[in-house]
Amino acid sequence: MQVSLDINGASVALDLDARTTLLDALRNHAGLTGSKKGCDHGQCGACTVMVNGRRINSCLTLAVMHEDDEITTVEGLAEGNTLSPLQRAFISHDGFQCGYCTPGQLCSATAMLDEAAKGWPSNVTADLENATPLTDEEISERMSGNICRCSCYPGIVEAIREAADAPAQKTGAEA
Amino acid sequence: MKSFDYIRATSVAEAVQAGGTGARYIAGGTNLLDLMKLEVMAPDTLIDITRLGLDQIEELDNGGLRIGALVPNADLAADMRVRRGWPVLSRALLAGASGQLRNKATTGGNLLQRTRCYYFYDTAAPCNKREPGSGCAAMEGFNRILGVLGTSDHCIATHPSDMAVAMQVLDAEVEIEGKDGTRRVELDEFYRLPGDTPHIETVLAEGELITAVILPPAPGGKHVYQKVRDRASYAFALVSVACVAKVEGGVLEDISLAFGGLAPKPWRNRAVEDLLKGQAPSEALFEQAAETLLAEAKGHGSNDFKIPLTRRTLVSVLGEATKGAAA
Repeated sequence: MQVSLDINGASVALDLDARTTLLDALRNHAGLTGSKKGCDHGQCGACTVMVNGRRINSCLTLAVMHEDDEITTVEGLAEGNTLSPLQRAFISHDGFQCGYCTPGQLCSATAMLDEAAKGWPSNVTADLENATPLTDEEISERMSGNICRCSCYPGIVEAIREAADAPAQKTGAEA
Repeated sequence: MKSFDYIRATSVAEAVQAGGTGARYIAGGTNLLDLMKLEVMAPDTLIDITRLGLDQIEELDNGGLRIGALVPNADLAADMRVRRGWPVLSRALLAGASGQLRNKATTGGNLLQRTRCYYFYDTAAPCNKREPGSGCAAMEGFNRILGVLGTSDHCIATHPSDMAVAMQVLDAEVEIEGKDGTRRVELDEFYRLPGDTPHIETVLAEGELITAVILPPAPGGKHVYQKVRDRASYAFALVSVACVAKVEGGVLEDISLAFGGLAPKPWRNRAVEDLLKGQAPSEALFEQAAETLLAEAKGHGSNDFKIPLTRRTLVSVLGEATKGAAA
């Protein structure tokens, strides 16, 4: 099937079997190998990308279903050679060891900070009706769909907290 | 994955026309594609329903809500109307899956997700749900996550949804579109118990499409969703309890309870609710309710623990729901 995908702002025309997941389309057809295949069953989060600004597991969706959607992968987070504040924070807080889960962590955390800024609650939010500060407990809960087998969670949480506290990031806004 | 024909529907009528034996609707796809990769499910045709516009949450004249079948779980959980009026539903949704999955999984698809019984996913094992008549490997196998209520000699699978447990406690109805028109089914009647046909899980006919879930007006009262699981986040329930309770003058004026992780469907037992209604909350009363709930419960070895776990969870939830309400 002929499929046109909008990936990191560029339109990419691909000839795909309907069975091709978005992850396989990105890695094997569009040449964007930043998104990683861990479990291929939506359990590890290594394949996380953003579709229309929302984080999803790219292994659990078909590429043909995403025609006209705006897809952002880890390759699209930086502006040229300027890393995003979150990417810089991952480096300064050592938020990785082997790095395999990192693209998924970065895409997931980028979109998670937007969710928090919109005032979305989480399972550990005490008061559903009022905005909540992004505590370490909140960050851990909201990032539970991303596994790090090197167990770099302390650095990951610190990096995300730093990016969340950066002046450019809004937090605690009402939905 | 087996190959399939892909159809992108542009209207509900077109989707329903294309539906039928061998075809499956796909929206979030977070469970269906997983099952297709393992060839547990192998539809001939996938009908993409993501562009049907069923992604709105509308307020009804009676004060209820009509939740479009394509509303993502994340959006439903975050909707301020739901958080204020039906908080047990937000709580249940937030207790399930991960941020990524909640963004993709839809309201209709969540209701129709399949059991996470290990043997259903293992195509080398017998499973009456996957292959009718082949037997049940779970009965004598690793069954600690499986059911103790409503099961049969043919299947002890549990329904994995948290959302559906909350909808069950809220008396939700499912709106269904078929070739013959629209119908509404109470969620309690939507799911079928396994009996000797565990492969038939709902009352949906071939080709019927869920278009919405209808919630009655906000019930008020205290809402609790307690989920007990093997880890603190991103795990299915071993036992979950959804509770909406109203206490007036030291007496439980009204109470609804639904249970997850125990049965092939979100479980509800009106006798338990009737026993509690009109009574003053007490530990002894809560124990009596648990005894009634679990009178018919049957363990299968490694899931025996679920029976006392359910008793303790229910007593704890009833305590929380009636806290500070003593006369």
